[in-house]
Amino acid sequence: MLKTNDTAVAVDVNKAQNESIEGPWQMAWKRFRKNKLAMAGGIILILLILGAVFAPLISPYTLDHMDYTQINKPPSAQHWLGTDQLGRDYLTRMLHGSRISLQVGVFAVLISVVLGSLIGGIAGYYGGWVDNLCMRIVEIVMSFPFLPLAITVSAVVGARLPAEFKMYITMMVIGLLSWTGLARMIRGQILSLREQEFMQAAKALGLSDKRIILKHLLPNTVAYIIVSATLGMAGAIMTESALSFLGLGVAPPTPTWGNMVQNARDFYILTNRPWLWMPPGIAIFLTVMSINLLGDGLRDALDPKTK
Amino acid sequence: MIPVILVISMCIFGIIKLAPGSPVGTNLDPRATPEQKAIERERLGLDDPMHIQYAKWLGRVAEGDLGKSFIYQKPVKDVIGTYLKNTFILNIPVFILAFGISIPVGIHSAVKRYSVFDNFWTVFSLIGLSLPSFFFGLLLIYTFAVKLKILPINGMIEAGSDSTGFAYALEVTKHMVLPGIVMTIGSLASYVRYTRNGMLEVIHQDYIRTARAKGLNEKVVIYKHAFRNALLPIVTLLGYSLIFLLSGSVITESIFNWPGMGRVLLESVTMRDYNLMMAIMMLYAILTLIGNLLADIGYALVDPRVKVD
Repeated sequence: MLKTNDTAVAVDVNKAQNESIEGPWQMAWKRFRKNKLAMAGGIILILLILGAVFAPLISPYTLDHMDYTQINKPPSAQHWLGTDQLGRDYLTRMLHGSRISLQVGVFAVLISVVLGSLIGGIAGYYGGWVDNLCMRIVEIVMSFPFLPLAITVSAVVGARLPAEFKMYITMMVIGLLSWTGLARMIRGQILSLREQEFMQAAKALGLSDKRIILKHLLPNTVAYIIVSATLGMAGAIMTESALSFLGLGVAPPTPTWGNMVQNARDFYILTNRPWLWMPPGIAIFLTVMSINLLGDGLRDALDPKTK
Repeated sequence: MIPVILVISMCIFGIIKLAPGSPVGTNLDPRATPEQKAIERERLGLDDPMHIQYAKWLGRVAEGDLGKSFIYQKPVKDVIGTYLKNTFILNIPVFILAFGISIPVGIHSAVKRYSVFDNFWTVFSLIGLSLPSFFFGLLLIYTFAVKLKILPINGMIEAGSDSTGFAYALEVTKHMVLPGIVMTIGSLASYVRYTRNGMLEVIHQDYIRTARAKGLNEKVVIYKHAFRNALLPIVTLLGYSLIFLLSGSVITESIFNWPGMGRVLLESVTMRDYNLMMAIMMLYAILTLIGNLLADIGYALVDPRVKVD
């Protein structure tokens, strides 16, 4: 009798422990998993990344392999997406293009996240004239007309560099112009976090400012950073493709989806060879959409307040 | 605002000065002798130190002298005057349509959350936000101009057309349909989302429940109590949309060859027409600031708690 009671209590304790073990990240993951659209977005994105990483293994052709007997062929069993005006396999170019587009997206977002969270963190933590200065900078960068400036900078700076470096210019331009929203948000968060008790504790322990900002304040804003980085990546890929489409971003022969859609500027290709511009356009659309779905799902999962 | 404009002008001047190739080359007869080139450099003040060049440029801009455009062989001011007008011809209807549709749709979506109507617009926004405008434009050209052959795709009027009055207006309107659709759908997608979220934040507040509890008509609750409070983010959006539209129209104009500011900017960038490029960049920056200012003023008008100093 006593024994069974004991086990019952033990089970109860176990149960309670199991429940209390669930941390905020697990809870977020649970909420996220329920969101089918967001999961779909995440899965499409993972497939795209795998395709980009293993591009040389997936395709039997190399990026610049030209076959002059197979010029401008429509999609067939041999070339799933046809071939271009130099007889290159288009699917292979699409796969390699995804590498560049995703890379530009990731690095542009990396730049903007580092800048945004540091400047926002510093402004929020120090307050006073530092805050004032940082927010003036934010205001000025925000007042730059984004696309026109990106066009001008890419054209002006890009013109001095060989084609293969244009990709880095594009990343830098997008990253350097898109950190302001995050900086503002982080600053707001930190202003309210600063007033909480654990900050007094951190100060009482005599921790350095750097440590307080990097280890105690910013980790508390990580949910916002993740969501903003995800949605920012969709924007960055979109901007990169637009710039490349206009001929001001990543330049051929390096393929990106944006400069592949550019084929359609030739009216003959636009009307008669849709396989040369529709697939990369659809690829951009799908990528951006899956990232947007993922970002929305993450926001709902990480920040239950918005629900 | 003035200091911000000054800093922006400095940045723009600096960026343009980084550009390769000197304007002398584009301005002068290619057979010019080195002496002639030196005289031209002297005349343009290209050998002065950077800050002097900037001060001189700023002085001229302040006097309203934006220099001469190499491409158009006209004063920059005249070029901008003509093409800015065309950009507005395209943008104003888009602006009216986008807000005219998105505000009622956003309100209704929020009120009838998760209904068929709401789901439709949520999917619409998602697609609209993810579809690159240049690709969408090409798809429209492919469908309506190439396959169906019902709409023109190039420019603002037919080549060589000299129609006037009503016929001219009709011609321009026809040319405006496709670029207009691209821009309207792009803006609609984000505006609907924005309005819906703004309404959703308000609609679950306690005072809305109070308003309902005291027996007010649902229309009054939604449009008077809820919408007036949801107006705040919308007013901000109105201000920002000015520059959002103008930026977006760069790509659309280039695809449909619409003779507006965006196309001129791209031309000036590819042809290295520095005077024109700087003037357009400054114009965009000033319009952005005006948009922000309008947003602030609108905010104060809508929300009596906000005071503008």
